[in-house]
Amino acid sequence: MHVGIEWFILVSAILFGIGLFGVFTRRSPLILLLSVEIMLNACNLALISFSRYLGQQSGQVFALVVMAVAASEVVVGLGLIVAVARRKGDLDVDRLTGLRG
Amino acid sequence: MTYDIVFVVASVVAILAALMVVLSGNPFISSLALIGNLIALATFYILLQSDFLAAAQVIVYAGAVMIMFLFVTAYLGGRADEPTRQRPWWQTLAALVAAAGIAAEIVFGVARESFLHGAVVSEAFGSPQAIAGRFLGRYLLAFEGTSVLLLIAAVGGVVLATRRPAPRGADEPDPFEVEPPRRVQTLQSSVMQAETEFEIVRAGGGDGQDKA
Repeated sequence: MHVGIEWFILVSAILFGIGLFGVFTRRSPLILLLSVEIMLNACNLALISFSRYLGQQSGQVFALVVMAVAASEVVVGLGLIVAVARRKGDLDVDRLTGLRG
Repeated sequence: MTYDIVFVVASVVAILAALMVVLSGNPFISSLALIGNLIALATFYILLQSDFLAAAQVIVYAGAVMIMFLFVTAYLGGRADEPTRQRPWWQTLAALVAAAGIAAEIVFGVARESFLHGAVVSEAFGSPQAIAGRFLGRYLLAFEGTSVLLLIAAVGGVVLATRRPAPRGADEPDPFEVEPPRRVQTLQSSVMQAETEFEIVRAGGGDGQDKA
């Protein structure tokens, strides 16, 4: 008897909650990006769990696309962080209010 | 039985590593903890017979993406650390409630369903051939879209990282109040016992450092 699919979903939900907490509370943009990565990976785990449960391989294709999207997001996000650090010298998402109307 | 033990160990590692990412406050430690989290997730993928995805997870995520994070963390030095300012207590409480609420919603939604046992799949489930057949067949459009997306992201990353910062006008006030610069002991130099320590000066002295 193996652990059922619901335990994988449980771990996925906990990881998603941890990532969300990080996004809400951290102020360093690098750690914000890392928290978003945790959330994306929690979604991937859920996708792959249901893919295995249903015996359909489409979920794995979705998970691969999510990985590609996450990689693109990291590239652009890190580029933005480096650009902001050069311009402002200090990284704190609460103080980056230059675009506030 | 081995399956259950591996699952429990991987869950504990994944959750503890994720907590460390969120709670440490040092991007260097957070990045290293996220690598542990990603490897634990790759273990889950192997348990779910998704071997190709487990390999892709380790190579693409734990390898390429996290190395990029570590490079940027090293480039930014102490400036990327979490600000030490205290936040209002209700902000942390609200974040905790919101995060726990979403997690609890998923858990209760899943607990109402009864999952008996998964579909019976062959050995070829999750193999590279099977994934490639899907990607180059039914999901060809998604495949092409992914390649275009990656190209755009690569060009965007180069453009964002190489552009010179725009010169600030003489009458334009500095957007941040200037704090007296203070030296920050960096983790890298203290851990590696390096002989040459880089002067990391925070807050206010940031503009002059990047000219080199």
